[in-house]
Amino acid sequence: MDLLITLIPFFPLLGFLILGLGFDRIPKKLTSIIGSGTVFLSFASSIIIFFHLLSKPVLTTSNQIVIDLFNWISFHGFTVSFSFLIDPLSVVMLLIVTGVGFLIHIYSIGYMKDDPGYNRFFAYMNLFIFFMLLLVMGSGYLTMFIGWEGVGLCSYLLIGFWFKNQEFNNAAKKAFIMNRIGDLGFLLGIFLIFLTFGSLDYLDIFSRAQGMHPGMSVMTAITLLLFAGAVGKSAQIPLYTWLPDAMAGPTPVSALIHAATMVAAGVYMVARSNILFALAPVTLVIIAVTGLATALFAASIAIYQNDIKKILAYSTISQLGYMFLGLGMGAFTGAMFHLITHAFFKALLFLAAGSVIHAMGGEQDIRKMGGLSSSLKKTMWIFLIGTLTIAGIPPFSGFFSKDEILSAVFIQSIPLWIIAVAGVMMTAFYMFRLFFLTFKGKFRGSEEQKQHLHDSPQVMMIPLMILAVLSFIGGVINLPAFIGGPAWLYSFLAPVFAGSVSLMKVPAITPGPVIEWLLTGISLVCVGIMIFFAWSRFLKREPEIREARVQKAFLPRLLSHKYYIDELYDVLFVRPLLSLSRGFHEIIEKRIIDKLFDGIGNLVIRAGNTIRYLQNGHVGFYVFMMVAGIIAILFFNLVL
Amino acid sequence: MEFIPIGYYLFFCTALFCIGVTGVLIKRNALMILMSVELMINSINLLLAAFSTYLNDPAGQIFVFFIMVVAAAEVAIGLAIIVVIYRTTHSIDIDILNKLKW
Repeated sequence: MDLLITLIPFFPLLGFLILGLGFDRIPKKLTSIIGSGTVFLSFASSIIIFFHLLSKPVLTTSNQIVIDLFNWISFHGFTVSFSFLIDPLSVVMLLIVTGVGFLIHIYSIGYMKDDPGYNRFFAYMNLFIFFMLLLVMGSGYLTMFIGWEGVGLCSYLLIGFWFKNQEFNNAAKKAFIMNRIGDLGFLLGIFLIFLTFGSLDYLDIFSRAQGMHPGMSVMTAITLLLFAGAVGKSAQIPLYTWLPDAMAGPTPVSALIHAATMVAAGVYMVARSNILFALAPVTLVIIAVTGLATALFAASIAIYQNDIKKILAYSTISQLGYMFLGLGMGAFTGAMFHLITHAFFKALLFLAAGSVIHAMGGEQDIRKMGGLSSSLKKTMWIFLIGTLTIAGIPPFSGFFSKDEILSAVFIQSIPLWIIAVAGVMMTAFYMFRLFFLTFKGKFRGSEEQKQHLHDSPQVMMIPLMILAVLSFIGGVINLPAFIGGPAWLYSFLAPVFAGSVSLMKVPAITPGPVIEWLLTGISLVCVGIMIFFAWSRFLKREPEIREARVQKAFLPRLLSHKYYIDELYDVLFVRPLLSLSRGFHEIIEKRIIDKLFDGIGNLVIRAGNTIRYLQNGHVGFYVFMMVAGIIAILFFNLVL
Repeated sequence: MEFIPIGYYLFFCTALFCIGVTGVLIKRNALMILMSVELMINSINLLLAAFSTYLNDPAGQIFVFFIMVVAAAEVAIGLAIIVVIYRTTHSIDIDILNKLKW
C-alpha cells in the first residue's frame, strides 16, 4: 500500500521524462498511450487507496497514512522530511486530479491531433499532474509549496504553448507574475508558521494549534498571508485578471488547469489549513467577503463577454468565489463539495466548448455561432447538461453543492445570502445566454464554416459523456439531510474538519427542513426567472439588433470592458514600474554602472600603453632591471 | 692544522660574485656575459663548499657536484645559442639583439 501511494505522483513524472526527453522522436500513438496511460495508472492507484481508506473506521486518526520518503533538510533541530500524507481530504483531491486529468488527457488525444507540438503538450500535461499530486499529497507546507510553484510553472508553459503568438506569451507571463504576487504571501506565511510552530508538518502544526485560543494576532497574520497565496492561485479579487487571459492556452489546458484542478488549489490549501483559519475569525470574514465580491464581480463581467472561453473563465472565477464564500462561512465540506462538482461540470463545459471551437475551425466568438444544435447534436446535449448543472437546477450536482454553501451563508447572515443568490441568478443568466447564442437561433458564421460543422470524434466525445454523467449524478456523494440523503462526504471528511468545527462554534442549528425547502424554492424560482429572461432576450429577438444598442449604455460598456480593471492596473502598477525601471536604466545603469566598467577598461588600456615602452628589446637593460630587482628585494627583506 | 677563517671565504666569494654581476651588467659581448654568469655560479659553489666544511656537513659539497653538472649542461646550451646567433647575425653583440619587443 505504501509503495502504491509513493508511486502515484511518480507515474506522471515518468511519463514526463520519457516524453520530454524523447521529444519528437516518439510516434504520436505511443505518446498518447504514455501520456494518458501514466495518468490512468495514478488514477487506478488512487481508487485502490480510496477504498482502502474507506474500509477504515471513520472519525479516528487511523485513516491518516504518512509516508516518509527521505529526510530532505535537516540542521540545528530543523528537519523537513519529504513525505506524503494520505487522509480523506487528499484522497478526494487525488481522485479529482487523476480522474478528471485522465479524461482530459484522453480528450486531448483528439483535440491536439494535428498539432506539431503534440509530444511537448503531453509532456507538460504529465508534469502538471505530477506537481498537482505533489501539492495535494505533501504532508507539509514545504512539499505543498513545491507542487504549488510547479503547477504555476506548468500553467505558464501551457498558456504560452503556442509560443509563436506574442499575445499568448504575454498572457503566460501575466499569469506567472500575478501568481508570483500571491506566492510571495504564501511563502511569508510558511515562514511565519515555522517561526510560530517550529515545524512545517501538517500534523505537528495542527495538533499544536488545537490548544490555542482563537483571535491571536499571529494566527491572523499567518492566515492572511496564506490566503494571499490562495487569492493569486485561485484568481480572486484583486489578482484574478490573469485567468481570463490564460484562455490563450489550448482548451484542454483551460479545462484541466484553469478550471478543474490548479485554480482549486487555493481552496484545497485553505481547507487543509482549516484549523489555522478557524483560529482567525477576522481572516474568515475577509475570505467570505472576498469570495462573495469575486463571485458577483466576475459573474457580472461574464454577462457581456463574447468569447466562449472567456465567459467560462469568468464563470470559473465566480464559482471559485462561491467556494471561498463557503470556506469563509466555515462550511469547509460545502466548499470541497462544490470544488468536486465544479471540477466535473467546468471541465465538461470547457471540453464541450473545445468541441464547438474545433467544429467552428478555431472560432471563439459566440456572436458568429448560433444554431449549432442541428449539426452538433451530441455536443449540444452535453453542453446543456453542463449549463443546467452550473445554473443549479436539480437534480444536477451543481444544485446540491451550491445549495450547501448558500444554506451555510443563510444561517450566518441573511443579507449576504441575498447577494449570493443574486450571483447565482447572474450565473444562470450568462450561462443560458451563452447556450442560446451558441446552439440556438440562426447560424451567423461563414458558409465555409457551415460546411465543416460536425460532432467531434469518439475519442473526444467519450470523455465528455463520462463527465456529463458525473456532472449529473455527482450530487449523490453528498445528498443533504433534508431530502433524506446520507450526506456521505460530510462523514467522510469529518475527521479532517473536526478540530475546527469544535473551535468555531458554528451554530449547530440547521435551518430545519421547512426553511431549507423554502430557500431552495426561492433560489430555484430566481434561476428560472433568469433563464426565461435570457431566453426572451437572446432567442426571441435577433441578437444582432441588440448588439449596436448595447455599446452605448453606460453599464453594458463598463461590463464589456471588464470594469476597466486591466486598464486600471496598467495605470496604477505597470506603467509606474516601467517608468521607474526606465529611470533606473537611464541613470544608474548608463551613468553609473556603465561608466564605472568602461572606466576600468580604459584604465587598463592606458596603463598598458604607457608601460609597454619598458619592453624595449635591449638585453642589457633587462639584465640591469633584473639585478636592480634582486637588489631591491634583498634590500626590503634584509634591511627593512 | 690551521684553517682559513670562514670570514675570508665570505669576503672572497662576495667579491667574486660582484665581479660576475658587474661583468654581466657592463659587457656587451655575449660570450663575456656567459663567462660572468659562470663566475657567479662558481662563487656560490665555493661558498657552499666552505660552509659545508665549516659546519661539518657533507650535504653542501654534494650540492656543489650537482650544481657543477647542471652548470656544465647550461653552458653547453648557452654556447650553442651564441653559436646560432653568430651564424645568423655575424655578431655576438647583445645590443643588436633588440628585435624581441612589443
